[in-house]
Amino acid sequence: MTPSTVPAVKLDGLRKSFGPLEVLKGINFEAREGQVVSILGSSGSGKSTMLRCINMLETPSGGTVTIYGETIGLVPAREGLKAVDRHQVDRIRQGIGMVFQSFNLWSHMSVLENVIEAPIHVQKRPRAEVIAEAEALLEKVGIADKRNHYPAHLSGGQQQRAAIARALAQKPRLMLFDEPTSALDPELVGEVLRVMRALAEEGRTMLVVTHEIGFAKDVSNKIVFLHKGIIEEEGTPDEVFSNGHSQRFRQFLAGTIA
Amino acid sequence: MDLPFLYETLLALLPGIPLTLKLATLSVVLGAFLALPLALMRLSGIGVLDWISKGYTFVFRSTPLLVQIFIIYYGLGQFREIRTSFLWPILRDPYWCAIIALTLNTAAYASEIIRGGLQSVPAGQIEAARAVGMSRFTTFRRIILPQAIRQALPGYGNELILMVKATSLASIITLMEVTGIAAKMISETYRAIEIFIVAGAVYLVLNFVLTRLLKLAEYRLNPHLRQPAAGASS
Repeated sequence: MTPSTVPAVKLDGLRKSFGPLEVLKGINFEAREGQVVSILGSSGSGKSTMLRCINMLETPSGGTVTIYGETIGLVPAREGLKAVDRHQVDRIRQGIGMVFQSFNLWSHMSVLENVIEAPIHVQKRPRAEVIAEAEALLEKVGIADKRNHYPAHLSGGQQQRAAIARALAQKPRLMLFDEPTSALDPELVGEVLRVMRALAEEGRTMLVVTHEIGFAKDVSNKIVFLHKGIIEEEGTPDEVFSNGHSQRFRQFLAGTIA
Repeated sequence: MDLPFLYETLLALLPGIPLTLKLATLSVVLGAFLALPLALMRLSGIGVLDWISKGYTFVFRSTPLLVQIFIIYYGLGQFREIRTSFLWPILRDPYWCAIIALTLNTAAYASEIIRGGLQSVPAGQIEAARAVGMSRFTTFRRIILPQAIRQALPGYGNELILMVKATSLASIITLMEVTGIAAKMISETYRAIEIFIVAGAVYLVLNFVLTRLLKLAEYRLNPHLRQPAAGASS
């Protein structure tokens, strides 16, 4: 991966409403290539919505989303905005790996089939090559021995690691993690965080919505704190955790640690 | 009990089985092709399509199949426009009238079964497909439909069994399938009990085979619901 001067993600005045409820009230944000950004905030702060606007799982109500210099075309629709070109959205999504809170593995496919699905059927890459890569990825996340198992037969931690392998199989330039450990039993959180830490150390560009303050502090090089749809704190972990002065952030930290 | 007569009856009914199977198979297959778009219309979120599909299902589920057969076979021929149209060679043939009635009828039930199957696919899995950049069509083909079929199979199996039995109504418009032959034999011999018992047994055997096949299909399609086999981890 060659470092690029173009930001990996750029949000300008991003707004999102669900009916009368305004969840994002003008977000300006930038992530450079190779950065690991942790997005913190209490529930309802809009952090997941912000992440989901980046790959258009939620369509913004206003503002722009620019991925590696390419702005997603939006036009007014009956309610809010809609994508101009579905193919553009599909193409941009191919370069973004997403990991969900509830894993969302395809339950009728084995772990290996989950991992090779998008490379073969979306990116149309040669099957043999994709399988070899998929097996290496499963090795990397530590579940190579489960490759022929179905999601229902795996623990939550194993499912989430399979989901990470599935996202990596697309060869994404950007990884989005939406509360990847929130649905896990406490004793399974560590195995997923270890995999994520390894990815961060490879220099991957990652945006992580998380409640894991320890992970945010140690692994990320940028912290964003959202409160009621706006960014309240932003900076390196050192800056934010030692100098973050907004009372909200203090309260949030106290609540998380307690 | 007159075993030789029962045996003779069985031999006489066997030639009706191919027609029974043809009626059931063809109408089920055609019905499925009609049911899928009807189910998609229900889920399209487009008011007009939704209402057309709902109306169709309401009419065909709420009226007797026998009445539908009569309307198509006897009713349509009353219209000069139909008698002179290119469709008449088909619509005057009892075989095709039976196929049409059975198809239209099963499509109404099957569309509801398929709709249930399609709706059972967890939204998160569809979202995961969108997130990897999968087109709508590929998502439908690779993620939604395979799971919907698995989910719908038990309900659809019921419908298939009902359809095998429903073919007996075709005897009323002169078709010589199993029930048609049985009715003709009764009018010649007046031995209703024995003949109908043998006819019933023929349907029993047909549906026994069908339920076995359905069970096999369910087993083959659902490896993800079984415990992994000992060697599966290698």
